[in-house]
Amino acid sequence: MPRTTRSGPAITVAGLTKTYRTRDREVRALDGIDLEVEAGTVMGLLGPNGAGKSTTVKILTTLARADSGTATVAGHDVAREAAAVRRAIGYVSQKPGFDPIGTGKENLVLAGRVYGMPARGARARADELLERFGLTEAGRRLARTWSGGMQRKLDVAMSLMHRPQVLFLDEPTTGLDPQARADMWAEIERLAADGLTVLLTTHYLEEADHLAQQLVIVDQGRVVVSGTPDGLKRSLSGDAISVSLAERDDLPRAYGALAGLDGVTELARDLDTLRARVDDGALALPRVMGTLDAAGVRLAAVTVSRPSLDDVYLRYAGRTFAAEVAA
Amino acid sequence: MTTVITHTRLLTGRSLRTLGRQPAYLALTLIQPLVWLLLFGELFRNVVELPGFGGSSYLTYLTPGVVVMTAMFSAGWAGTGFIVAMDRGVMDRDLSSPVSRTALIASSLASQSVTIAVQALIVMVVGVVAGARFDGGVAGWVVVVVAAVLLGAVFAALSDAVALLVRQQEALIGISQFLTLPLTFLSSVMLPSALMPGWVAEAARFNPVDWAAVASREALSASPDWSVVAERLGLLLALGLVLAWLATRAFRAYQRSV
Repeated sequence: MPRTTRSGPAITVAGLTKTYRTRDREVRALDGIDLEVEAGTVMGLLGPNGAGKSTTVKILTTLARADSGTATVAGHDVAREAAAVRRAIGYVSQKPGFDPIGTGKENLVLAGRVYGMPARGARARADELLERFGLTEAGRRLARTWSGGMQRKLDVAMSLMHRPQVLFLDEPTTGLDPQARADMWAEIERLAADGLTVLLTTHYLEEADHLAQQLVIVDQGRVVVSGTPDGLKRSLSGDAISVSLAERDDLPRAYGALAGLDGVTELARDLDTLRARVDDGALALPRVMGTLDAAGVRLAAVTVSRPSLDDVYLRYAGRTFAAEVAA
Repeated sequence: MTTVITHTRLLTGRSLRTLGRQPAYLALTLIQPLVWLLLFGELFRNVVELPGFGGSSYLTYLTPGVVVMTAMFSAGWAGTGFIVAMDRGVMDRDLSSPVSRTALIASSLASQSVTIAVQALIVMVVGVVAGARFDGGVAGWVVVVVAAVLLGAVFAALSDAVALLVRQQEALIGISQFLTLPLTFLSSVMLPSALMPGWVAEAARFNPVDWAAVASREALSASPDWSVVAERLGLLLALGLVLAWLATRAFRAYQRSV
């Protein structure tokens, strides 16, 4: 399977800008993107529609040209050494890239042969990938008869034919049903385990959280924040704690008791629930419960939750992610 | 260079395989020319009594003209293949792979040429069955096919370039239709130039459709003037190469838009 031999960054991006001009308007798609992807890691490029994720990928795959800034992929400059970049990458765009009137195997063989693979080698590699993706049975049928999840796998398999060093996956699970999405996640995890460098764009927080070792959150053509998923979550101080009361009437008393407690911040209440942020949920929980017990408050439920990427997004982009995606 | 040829062969194979699996498409594109051939052949049957036709039947005059029209109309659709590839992710996959732009255009022209050659032969055979008589023999038929293929390459390259520039099916078809009918009537496809108003005959001399029609008819005549045939075919080849080169440049326009 694909394996990266070089060490150091597989992708470097510095100060990329791009503006799309149409007759009546200008859209600043990228406003100075910087990022770096270590070889052999999965980088998640996360952001709402129009944030600049796909534009970044199109520049890195040599489809589009940046207005300014530099980028290298597998050690080659995307603007000056486009041919070398193209040989080193695999690209799965948002739209299906296979020929629906060709069989799965025909699509795979052609995808390999344009990289110079001999016919026999391409056929063997196609069989290997069909097997790996569980598509052997379907391999002889026209791709247009396949399910959406299988077609997406075919797209990924086609981009792996020539054993690329860097794989770009632009929203690989958009439009897939939950089972197909879970399958695709498993495939991407296996690619990562094989040491392939993957740059993945997504607007699903849980997808980025699940698959990526490094995350870059982009918004309006800029990098909002980057880091590991856990690091980003830790950077939000503390955990969220939520206490539901058995008796609504106890709420003022409970609020008063917790308001004085050390280390409890951002205390808020609604009908029968108190919410607060604490430095460390596991440490704070006994104290919170002890204090409420001492105040004579009966509890219905208590939950402690680690910050989610949604909280990270809210903190750094200033909006909740769900609202942004829905917009 | 060998890479370009390999890529052209692979991509042409893909297109022809698709065509082979949808033979109804090839059949459909033949209905229109056969209707022209048989309808116009009947309608204008007596037009040959006018001077300028050289004494043959109108069907004999018209058949190579319908071959030429078919090639032009058929090739005008070549760019729709690019638009489908752009609407899907196929174009983006090809352009981010080592596939050369030249091979993308060349394979489009090559697969188009196969279609046009088959169509040309079918139209000729139907013409003969309906009563057309050609004196030129095998060489004449070969020239008819070559002229149709070259004219097809001219229009296919134009169609590909326009597809990359406008990136919209409707706009491409609109432009193609806007060009094809006037170019047909500004040529000797239906009527010999001796019967045209002076300015139309003059315009026809610069019309690639006329070049193909003149070369075909000349080659099918009893004693062809091969210099006329060679000149017209040479002009078609030169124009086809220029347009094919321009089409490869049009990828830049597409890539600016993605």
